[in-house]
Amino acid sequence: MGKLLTFIQHQEGKVARTSLEALRGAQELATTLDHTLTAVVFGLESGPAELANIQLDEVLLVQAPELTTYSSEYFVAAMEAVLKAEIPHLLISSHTYQARDWLPRLACRVERPLVSDCVGYEHDGGLTWIRQVFQGKISAKVESSEGLVIVSFQSGAYRADELGSGSPSQRTMEVRLSAVPARVRPGDRFQEAKGAVDLSRAERIIAVGRGVGDEENLTMIKELAKTLQSELGSSRPVVDYGWLPHEHQVGSSGQTVSPRLYLALGVSGAIQHQVGMKNSDCIVAVNKDVNAPIFEVADYGIVADLLEIVPRLQKALEERNAD
Amino acid sequence: MRICVLIKQVPDQESVLKINADQTWIIEDNLVFTANESDTYALEEALLLKESLGGEVVVCTLGPERSGQVLKDALAKGADRAMFLQDEAFDRLDSQGAAKVLAKALGAEQFDLILLGLQADDTGDAQLGPILAEELDLPHVTLVVATEVLDGRLKVKQEQEGGWYQHIEVDLPALLTIQSGINKPRYASLRGIMAMKSKEIKQVTAADLGMGADDLTPDQSIAQLYIPPKTKDTVFLEGSPDEMVSQLVEKLANEAKVL
Ligand SMILES: Cc1cc2nc3c(=O)[nH]c(=O)nc-3n(C[C@H](O)[C@H](O)[C@H](O)COP(=O)(O)OP(=O)(O)OC[C@H]3O[C@@H](n4cnc5c(N)ncnc54)[C@H](O)[C@@H]3O)c2cc1C
Repeated sequence: MGKLLTFIQHQEGKVARTSLEALRGAQELATTLDHTLTAVVFGLESGPAELANIQLDEVLLVQAPELTTYSSEYFVAAMEAVLKAEIPHLLISSHTYQARDWLPRLACRVERPLVSDCVGYEHDGGLTWIRQVFQGKISAKVESSEGLVIVSFQSGAYRADELGSGSPSQRTMEVRLSAVPARVRPGDRFQEAKGAVDLSRAERIIAVGRGVGDEENLTMIKELAKTLQSELGSSRPVVDYGWLPHEHQVGSSGQTVSPRLYLALGVSGAIQHQVGMKNSDCIVAVNKDVNAPIFEVADYGIVADLLEIVPRLQKALEERNAD
Repeated sequence: MRICVLIKQVPDQESVLKINADQTWIIEDNLVFTANESDTYALEEALLLKESLGGEVVVCTLGPERSGQVLKDALAKGADRAMFLQDEAFDRLDSQGAAKVLAKALGAEQFDLILLGLQADDTGDAQLGPILAEELDLPHVTLVVATEVLDGRLKVKQEQEGGWYQHIEVDLPALLTIQSGINKPRYASLRGIMAMKSKEIKQVTAADLGMGADDLTPDQSIAQLYIPPKTKDTVFLEGSPDEMVSQLVEKLANEAKVL
């Protein structure tokens, strides 16, 4: 029987939802492999409430004065010490922005592979990790060499509401980090002033992606938004290009929305966009690429040039409104 | 300030990708390749820093012969010189392998700052930056959306989830991974394109770095690629554009009831 560690990210004691999702993946792996499962939490005096009734062997509280807030150098050094002491077969985490920041560095420090942003695994004698490549257009099965593997799971890869329940024991481990140089010094976290557009309350959203091709084409889409009485959302590139202000951006670094209708025009549906809109009631995608990942979440799909569709839709809706 | 920018060549976003016969990579013939999107923002940030502080911008890529184009494009935009790490032994490296090669190649140069995009849009590992920082024993910050140079250190703004940001100070020398949207990448001018022709592109092979196949065995590799099976029953509307639109309006009104 081996050991599986799962890292639990939290903000002032509140566990990240994606960590609970990854924990569900870890539970499945622990069962499949007949491994013990330990949840590793940094910088807390007592175990987070979210883990109190979860099926886990134990919660390991790793403590040092430097671990109360996130800093890559301290987190890497602390986990290096944990891995040395615990000798797990797997270290599981969610693929959060924070994980992107420190897990690769940890993997290099301990000279073991990090298989990042996985959506699942297969067990057939050995373990194969499933992850998306080419922005979700293709899936890959990834194999790794013998020994410890660090794995991060994509947001939504597992469901937190399927977590098995139990009563884990608790253990603490002190680590000494005073010798670690503080070359990276995080300051305050902040949010930018809210823009005028609150997409989270919108009934209908028309979202434009890079496929709109040109800033000028936004004119007819704005027109369509008016006719459809909907707000205008967008993917990240449209904001990066300065075609629309950031307050329109939907996705992991923008707004999370769940309108009754989400009409995606020329949006490929990368995971960072999907996490912001996949809970919409009705999703319509217009995209000229039948393999675009947006169709994975769409209720209705139109494989066509959006410039052919938008004017016709405008006309059809106007006629309908006139009736 | 002496800045190095890492740029990877990847298939253009518009590419229709096909998987090769042994299902381990895509068919590259006839594909259009381009500089990885977030790397182009990293290059622009380096050029802006050089314009305000002076110094040098060196661009570097690791990849097959075709990827030399991203170096030429960067030199045309104003980078001073280029390093091209090209060798059959570098094919199919994982992030740690690539970082080892880059660390060997860049270590001696003692750059003040290394910039690269936050992830490559082909494999999407999002690992190279922090790993290279570890290899070179440099501090790093990922997902940077603004930079400000202070005395011997940088103040950067890091993007986090759900509209949060954080200011972070980092000592120089340092490595940053850059998020798209941080600036407005420039186009090469005609003069830049002319000037590019006389700029140095230094070729570096595994032998130059004293590295052999043993140093470069990956710890992870793609066993199989496949087109993800569809799990959702999307209703695809068929016919001419007019027909598709009238079906859509009908379905939105009567099935989904969202009009
Ligand atoms: C850390 C991180 C955070 C991110 N945060 C976000 C975020 O909050 N929101 C977000 O959206 N992205 C985010 N991204 C970026 C994300 O990964 C994708 O790059 C982005 O969503 C792609 O935008 P797009 O779909 O508009 O462009 P592309 O991926 O380029 O897709 C354009 C689509 O338009 C189609 N198309 C082209 N022309 C036409 C036409 N004439 N008619 C019809 N279809 C056409 C193409 O087939 C393609 O599918 C983030 C990325 C990272 C790494």
